[in-house]
Amino acid sequence: MANIKELAKQEEKLSAGHRACSGCTAPMVVRMLYMAAGDTPLVIGCATGCLEVTTTIFPNTSWKTSFIHSAFENSAATVSGVEAAYKSLKKQGRYDRDVRFVAFGGDGGTYDIGFQSLSGAMERGHNMVYVCYNNEAYMNTGVQRSSATPKFGETTTSPVGSVEPGKKQFPKDLTEIMVAHSIPYVAQASPSMWNDLITKFQKALNCGGPAFVNVLSPCRLGWAFPSEKAVSIGRDAVNTCVWPLYEVVDGQYKITYKPREKKPVDEYLKQQTRYRHLFRPGGEAALAEIQANVDSKWERLKRLAGEA
Amino acid sequence: MSTVKTGEPVLLSGNEAVAYGALAAGARFYAGYPITPSSEIAEVMARELPLVGGKFIQMEDEMASLGAVIGASLTGLKSFTATSGPGFSLMQEHVGFAAMAEVPCVVIDVMRGGPSTGLPTKTSQADVMQAKYGSHGDYPSVALVPSSVLECFTLTVKAFNISEKYRVPVVLLSDEIVGHMREKVVLPSQDEVEVVDRIKPTVPPEWYQHYQDSITGVSPMANFGEGYRFHVTGLTHDVYGFPTEKPSEISALLEKFKNKEIHNSRDLTMVEEFCMEDAKICIFAYGSVARSARMAVKILRQCGVKAGMLRPMIVWPFPKIPVENMLERANLVIVPEMNVGQLRKEVERLSNAQDKIHGINVLDPTFITAEQIVDKVRDLRAKNRRTGEYIIG
Repeated sequence: MANIKELAKQEEKLSAGHRACSGCTAPMVVRMLYMAAGDTPLVIGCATGCLEVTTTIFPNTSWKTSFIHSAFENSAATVSGVEAAYKSLKKQGRYDRDVRFVAFGGDGGTYDIGFQSLSGAMERGHNMVYVCYNNEAYMNTGVQRSSATPKFGETTTSPVGSVEPGKKQFPKDLTEIMVAHSIPYVAQASPSMWNDLITKFQKALNCGGPAFVNVLSPCRLGWAFPSEKAVSIGRDAVNTCVWPLYEVVDGQYKITYKPREKKPVDEYLKQQTRYRHLFRPGGEAALAEIQANVDSKWERLKRLAGEA
Repeated sequence: MSTVKTGEPVLLSGNEAVAYGALAAGARFYAGYPITPSSEIAEVMARELPLVGGKFIQMEDEMASLGAVIGASLTGLKSFTATSGPGFSLMQEHVGFAAMAEVPCVVIDVMRGGPSTGLPTKTSQADVMQAKYGSHGDYPSVALVPSSVLECFTLTVKAFNISEKYRVPVVLLSDEIVGHMREKVVLPSQDEVEVVDRIKPTVPPEWYQHYQDSITGVSPMANFGEGYRFHVTGLTHDVYGFPTEKPSEISALLEKFKNKEIHNSRDLTMVEEFCMEDAKICIFAYGSVARSARMAVKILRQCGVKAGMLRPMIVWPFPKIPVENMLERANLVIVPEMNVGQLRKEVERLSNAQDKIHGINVLDPTFITAEQIVDKVRDLRAKNRRTGEYIIG
C-alpha cells in the first residue's frame, strides 16, 4: 500500500510544462509509476504517441530518467535490447547498479502495431514492465479507431451515420492475452484509483520478470468530455465494471477493487460525446448490448478470482 | 461516385482530393493505418467507401495495410492505401511483393520530415529515392508527384490507371504542404475522368498464363474467382506463377519488369514546361516546391531574365528526354528540393557539364521560397561575371 504522505515528499520525475491536453491522464500514469519506483533508477522506452509527443517537444524534455523513443511498433523490442545488454554488463562485472526497465505505449502502439514486439518481449522473459496507457483510440493522429476502441465508440474512422453505429466490434481483451503469456505479473488499473495503481506498479517492478499493466486513460479530446471530469470518468469506468481492476500473479486472479454498488453503464457512457448517438431514440439496444457484455465479463472475472 | 460536388468550385485539401480522385478512378477498397500527415485520406475513405459498396478497413499496422490491399486487388477491386514516411518504410516488403507478383495497387505517401519518426507535421521531399529503391531487388518503380490540390485528384486517377494498365505498384508522392493546403478546385464529373481497367484474358482457362511473356511487359490478368487457376508467389516464377530456378525463366521475368519501364516510357513521361521556350536559366522542381519555382520564374522574367521551369509530374521513371532537352539549352539549371539533392543527382547523371547544375537544398522544414530561388540565380550570375563567364539569362 502506498502512503500518500510519503509519496508527496518525493521529487517529481516527470516535470511540469509538458504539452499534454489539460485533463490528460497519461502523465498521471507516468507520475504514479515514478512514485512506485521511488529511488530505483529507471530506463524508460516510449512508443510514438501522445505521451512521447507531448513530453519531448524539442528542445525540452519532461523526463528526468533515461528515455528512449524508438518508433511506433517497437518500444518493447528496444527496451528488451537494453535489458538484455544490462544483464550482460552485469555478468561481465562492468555495471553493478540495480536498474528497472519500463516501456510505455498507447493502445495503438500496444494493441495494434506494437503487439508483435510486446508479445515477443514478454515471451522471452525480459525483466521489464510494459505499461499501456490505453485511451481507446489513436488520439495523436486525430482520433482513429484502434482494436482497443469500445464497441459503438465514435472515431473518425468508425463514424456514426444513419446506418453505421460507430465501431462495430468489441475491443480485444489485451489484458487476458497477456495473462495467456504466463508471465509473472499482469494487471488492469486506472489512474483514478491512485493507491491501487501505485501498488500494482510496485508489484510489477519487483516481480523479477516481465510484467504488463493495462491502464485505462480517459482522453478528453477523443472521448469528448470536460477536462475536469477526467478523474471522475475513470472512476465511473471502474464502478460500472466497464474497466474492472484486477491482477493476475503467477496465474492467480485477484480482483483488487470491488465497487460497493455496481452502477449501470449508462452513467459512464452518457458523459462522453463519443457515445451520444446511443442516447438518442433507437440507441437502447446498443446500450443493452454493452451492459450485457460488461455483466458477462464481470461474472467471468469473479469466477476466475474464485468469488462467484 | 462520391459525395463531393463536381463541375463547380469546391474548397478541398490535397488529402481530400486524393481520396476523391481514388473514388473517381474506381477505387473500392482501402486498407490503411493512421499516420500524420495522411490520416485525412483514411477518414474520407471511411465515410465514402461504404456509400458506393466499397470496403474500408483499418489495419493493425502498415505492413498489414498493404498486405490487405494486395489481397483485395487480386480479387479485382481497385485498391490502395495511404501513409507517410515511417509507414512507407514498413510497407517496402509488400511494395516489392506487388512488383514481383504484378499486382496493381496504389500507395499514397504524404511525405514528412525523416528519417525515422522525423517531423510528423512538417513537410519534406526526402522519400523520392525510397519510392524508387525502397524495396530490395530490381523492380519497376512508378512515382507521381502532385503540386496542387487539383493535381492530387488528377494524378491519383493517373496513378490507378498506370497501376492497372501495367500491373505495377504505383506511388503517389504527395507532401505535407500539398496534402494539408486548401485550394478552390473544380473537379471533373465522372464522365470526364478517363478510367483504365486491367486487361482481362481472352483465352480459355486451360491456356491461361498469369505471367504471360509480352514485349511490353504486361500480361492479361484474371481475378480470383473468375475460373482461371493461377499461382501467386514472391518467389521468382515462370509464366504460370510457379517458382523457378531456370536461368532463362529468371532472366525473362526480370527483363519483363525492365521492359515495363522501357517500352512504355512515353506513356510514363509527364512533365509541365513553364516558360521554357526560350529559357536559359531552368529550374527543375516538383511537388510543393514547384509552386515556389513557378513564382521565381515569374519574378525573374519581370527582371528580364530568361527563366523557365521544368516540372515532372512523374518522377519515376525519370523523365530522361525532357531533362536532356533542358540540359542542352540551359546555361544554368537550379534544382530546389526539400532533401539533400536526391533528384539533382539524377539530373547530373544526364549532363556532361555538371558545374552548371546547382541545388537549393533545405533540410529544415521552413520550405523553399521563391525569393531563395531568385537569390540563388542572382548569386550564381554575379559569380560568373567575376570569372568573366557571362550567363545570358
